[in-house]
Amino acid sequence: MTPMTGEPEVGKNQPATDPSHSLRHAAGPYFGAYGGRWMPESLIAAMDQLNDTFEAAKADPSFIAEVKELNKNYSGRPSLLTEAKRLSEVACGGVRVFLKREDLNHTGSHKINNVLGQALLAKRMGKTRIIAETGAGQHGVASATAAALMGLECVVYMGAEDTRRQSLNVARMQLLGATVIPVTAGSQTLKDAINEALRDWVANVENTHYLLGTAAGGHPFPAMVRYFHEVIGEEAREQILAQVGRLPDAVAACIGGGSNAIGIFHGFLDDPEVQLFGFEAGGDGVDTPRHAATITLGRPGVLHGAKSYLMQDEDGQTIESHSISAGLDYPGVGPEHAYLSDIGRVHYEPITDTEAMDAFSLLCRTEGIIPAIESSHALAGVLKIAARKIADGAVPEETIIIANLSGRGDKDVGTAAEWFNLIDTDAKDAK
Amino acid sequence: MSIVSKSAAAIAAARAEGRPALICYLPAGFPDVQGTIDAAVAMAENGADIIEVGIPYSDPVMDGSVIQAATVQALEQGFKVSQVFDVIKGITARCSATVMVMTYWNPVLRMGVDEFSRRLAEAGGAGLITPDLVPDEAAEWIEASDRYGLDRVFLVAPSSTEARMKATVAASRGFVYCVSIMGVTGARDTVSDAAAAVVAAAHAAGAENACVGLGVSARKHVEEIGAYSDGVIVGTALVAALRDGGSEAVGRLTAELSGKSVSA
Repeated sequence: MTPMTGEPEVGKNQPATDPSHSLRHAAGPYFGAYGGRWMPESLIAAMDQLNDTFEAAKADPSFIAEVKELNKNYSGRPSLLTEAKRLSEVACGGVRVFLKREDLNHTGSHKINNVLGQALLAKRMGKTRIIAETGAGQHGVASATAAALMGLECVVYMGAEDTRRQSLNVARMQLLGATVIPVTAGSQTLKDAINEALRDWVANVENTHYLLGTAAGGHPFPAMVRYFHEVIGEEAREQILAQVGRLPDAVAACIGGGSNAIGIFHGFLDDPEVQLFGFEAGGDGVDTPRHAATITLGRPGVLHGAKSYLMQDEDGQTIESHSISAGLDYPGVGPEHAYLSDIGRVHYEPITDTEAMDAFSLLCRTEGIIPAIESSHALAGVLKIAARKIADGAVPEETIIIANLSGRGDKDVGTAAEWFNLIDTDAKDAK
Repeated sequence: MSIVSKSAAAIAAARAEGRPALICYLPAGFPDVQGTIDAAVAMAENGADIIEVGIPYSDPVMDGSVIQAATVQALEQGFKVSQVFDVIKGITARCSATVMVMTYWNPVLRMGVDEFSRRLAEAGGAGLITPDLVPDEAAEWIEASDRYGLDRVFLVAPSSTEARMKATVAASRGFVYCVSIMGVTGARDTVSDAAAAVVAAAHAAGAENACVGLGVSARKHVEEIGAYSDGVIVGTALVAALRDGGSEAVGRLTAELSGKSVSA
């Protein structure tokens, strides 16, 4: 990490209204020392075309109206902001917790925000085919959904290991008309699915848009994916003001590549009184080799088109990540997060598999909501923030935390049933 | 500053003989470090003008399945990036071929661009071919390559605009690598028509040396491409030969590609 000694805390000494000091709407390609375009020349023309199309669309009221209409009447936005009163009582010492309910969006996660926007851009570019990578299947399902809605051909690359872990989501994508290609190269997980999608893109870039699912990759992907998710933070900010009349003390989100996190953070970046927390996948623990805590333990490097923190060995080879949550099982992280970490605006820390699964169970039983295991990392983080606030002397009832509930847990029922030993061993053996 | 480009000199020597330069690729550490050196020497003895040694990398997005399998094997056997310098020394000790290194960028970044460049120059390497580094992001490398007198070979593609072609040619030293097709490495029956257009665009943008790679696997491709380019780059076909028949098969294929008779 860059030492921050002597640097002014961003946002503290400058009025948030001064646009020159705003952290919002960072345009890229660079976020401090991160971002850029570390990728093959063959793809640069397509990235330029995408950037130009995106910039023109942002300035086009008809595009903005189209996105709004789809968000409202197809995805079901605005998503609710639900106060989790029993969770607060049972596990947070009375600290008030609000859940931003991205789990209630069509297809069950925040991913739909980005795919609808990018699919519209694909059509504007005259492309007839989209390709996507997926780990848990959420982004693959969302991409297949957008492709079906807009009449585009869709091919989803998924690590062979993940197609086995998430066979129901493979069937969902196929039902939606997508072709799912299992990737047998490398570790057979998300990063290898991205490699394979990039190889496809290089060969088919003329008619194909690569619909990247997270706020990583070369410019303009990080800024563009964030743009389509900014709605999460904007809604949450308005909703909390309407419900309690003030901004929260903290906002928490889980972070793999970081798209749901950057979306909700964006609404609060220029509110210095709101602390922001990103919770990475700690896997078996950051004292073991099995985790995906990229910012906590990674070093700057380049992967999949961007310079950012990266889990890598002393030779610059990517280290395979591990998390119980396939959606967080990625050895990189979006470049804007790397920047926000370095300047101290967002605090990043790891949550282990066990902590996440405990929080998963807790939310099921206190609120009647089955969260995605990804989002359970944010919930586990909320418990920690609440405990610290109380230890610091905060009045619990006057302390407010928003957690981004980025997805629902239906897809994780198999994993959770196994984790909590709910599956009959004989039946499992018979499979 | 006057830097004598080793790869440009090798291409000029081939041109003086009225033929395109033959540039042969193989990954370091495959089948093992000594095997790489032996195969590279076999290439040099059978007509290769430039040897392109690849650094195995965990995420090779520009490579097809044959090269991926070879580099995965090298990594599984414990290949370390610094061993590429041993490979270069081993090759240059036994033959006079020019040795370039082909590498994805993160391993260089991790070692430090300056340190990597210094060690490459010390080992006798001529420079780098960088498939996922565009000149736009290469300020540190351009400075280091000037400091240590190394060639920097960037790629141009059928999709490169005229402006990017000009900028890339201007940033390159030695030659520019013309990607013949929109795709990844791998042997193909025919070489795309796009190659001639890319080479013409590179020449028009001021490139003295424009060499063609991707999909080149047979003597007929060398003749066809050699008619309009300054050099021909062969990778996958040689890696497959090395995999199936060792350095002897590599020597045979190189001789065939160069149109020479086999030398043991």
